[in-house]
Amino acid sequence: MLSVLQKELLLYFTSPVFYALAAVFLVITGYLFYTNLHWFVLFGGENLVRGFWLYQFLDIRRLLIVLVPMLTMRLVAEERKLGTLELLWTYPIGDVGIVVGKFLACFLVTSLMLALTLAHPLVLSGIHALDPGPIVAGYLGLVLLTAACVACGLFISSLTDSQLVAAAATYGVLLFFWVLTWNEAAVSEGWMRWLAPLSLFDRTAVFAEGGIDTRDVVYFGLFTTVCLVFTLLALESRRWRGVR
Amino acid sequence: MTAPVEPAIALRAVCKRFGAVEAVRDVSFRLAPGEIVGFLGPNGAGKTTTLRMLAGIFPPTTGDVRITGRDPMRDPEVCRRAVGYFPENAPFYPELTVLEFLRFVARAKRLARAAREEAVGSVLEQCALGAVARRRVGTLSKGYRQRVGLAQALCGDPPILILDEPTIGLDPSQVVEIRELVGTLRGARTVLFSSHILSEVEALCERVVVIAGGRLVGEGTPAELAARLGRRRRVLVRVDGAVAAVATAVERVAGVVTVTVRDDLLSVDGGGDDDLVRAVADAVLAAGGRLRELREEPLALEEIFLRLVAERRED
Repeated sequence: MLSVLQKELLLYFTSPVFYALAAVFLVITGYLFYTNLHWFVLFGGENLVRGFWLYQFLDIRRLLIVLVPMLTMRLVAEERKLGTLELLWTYPIGDVGIVVGKFLACFLVTSLMLALTLAHPLVLSGIHALDPGPIVAGYLGLVLLTAACVACGLFISSLTDSQLVAAAATYGVLLFFWVLTWNEAAVSEGWMRWLAPLSLFDRTAVFAEGGIDTRDVVYFGLFTTVCLVFTLLALESRRWRGVR
Repeated sequence: MTAPVEPAIALRAVCKRFGAVEAVRDVSFRLAPGEIVGFLGPNGAGKTTTLRMLAGIFPPTTGDVRITGRDPMRDPEVCRRAVGYFPENAPFYPELTVLEFLRFVARAKRLARAAREEAVGSVLEQCALGAVARRRVGTLSKGYRQRVGLAQALCGDPPILILDEPTIGLDPSQVVEIRELVGTLRGARTVLFSSHILSEVEALCERVVVIAGGRLVGEGTPAELAARLGRRRRVLVRVDGAVAAVATAVERVAGVVTVTVRDDLLSVDGGGDDDLVRAVADAVLAAGGRLRELREEPLALEEIFLRLVAERRED
């Protein structure tokens, strides 16, 4: 598992794609930090958490949907295309090692990008007293969402040998889980009761407001685990489908 | 009494189905430790599927696959450490340098930390990759990339090597290089390699296994396979004048199966009689032919291969 993790990190850090995405992510989060703060100073009132951090975290959440599929698309699809997946299968790594190694590498890389945005609370703490609690909760929500999105992207990447198809389908699934509960009028109340708990993005709302709900933590944990198990099944399907 | 030597590779009644497609049907063969065996068959014969089962990528649908007596699916750790596998087309990570790639392979093969650098250095030397160690694999020529593929298979010194078309797409000088490299493994390792280039197999292997349509159609030394086909000998005769008359006379010789004439050269295929050459010579002289050349030629593996495959198609 460690060998795969290390190789994936090496591939990310030697690829210009990572640096381009990191640069875009950091520039846009920096810009959002500035504009959200500006808005708070003008209209936000007294509550920094509800008037500023809430919006900042919800904005970063949207950016993650754009960012993660670009980082996950190559994870398995590229190895299928190159034929290197076949090599991995003959090393004493095991499918679990391959899946966990790849998941952790992408999760760490995305978390690193998130960690770089910690510069914003640091800058703010220089000019204003900060309560770290809501910020920790907000980042925990983003990290859990990252894990779920990465696991989802990894699973979809394991189904195809085309990186573009993997990215497009991951966007599709993540957006679907986002818009699931948007139009309450179109969905009956009975359905809504079933759909609302499934919505990936509603689950980050409590974190963004500075709270931690155990149910949300469990939900993200389950979503991530289910996606990783599906990835494992997709890799093991070679037993009856052959190497494709 | 000594215990019988466990075969390095053994397949018993192996079948592999993918949905409705039966890729391999009832294939059995074994390789003793230290043997170099060629694995022949036309495209789509089931060679790669068989090799993938040996490499532990997927299990057979029915039948047994054994690597030094162990099942690759039940003992994946032990079997994968014992086998170095070279997949068709030598896949690689284009962005990694040769050194980075081989270091990853050494880690992935779970070599002890202290042994990794030595193992990487050893395969770099063995495959003559030292000069390009810091270059990205994607920038290397096909010949070098094949060597990188062999290096990853050799990394960790596995006793068994399974090579799927190691010389495909190479120019003749690169083919010779790879052949020499595989030749250096003789004795130390058990090697099973598939190839389309039959001269490769003839140059390297003591024994060949031939499959067609997913079934085993022949196994043994080239001479044994030729004998099985009932055409153990080929005599080439060059005569001056009266070629047609000589050909007719030679056709009547006992044991001769076919006579092919091209210009002044007669190619005579016959049964296993040791006196065939002498009898052909007598017949040529009796028919008034003036003998310029007479030699016996072993049946080429290429021909054996084509005939075995053709026999399978006729079944």
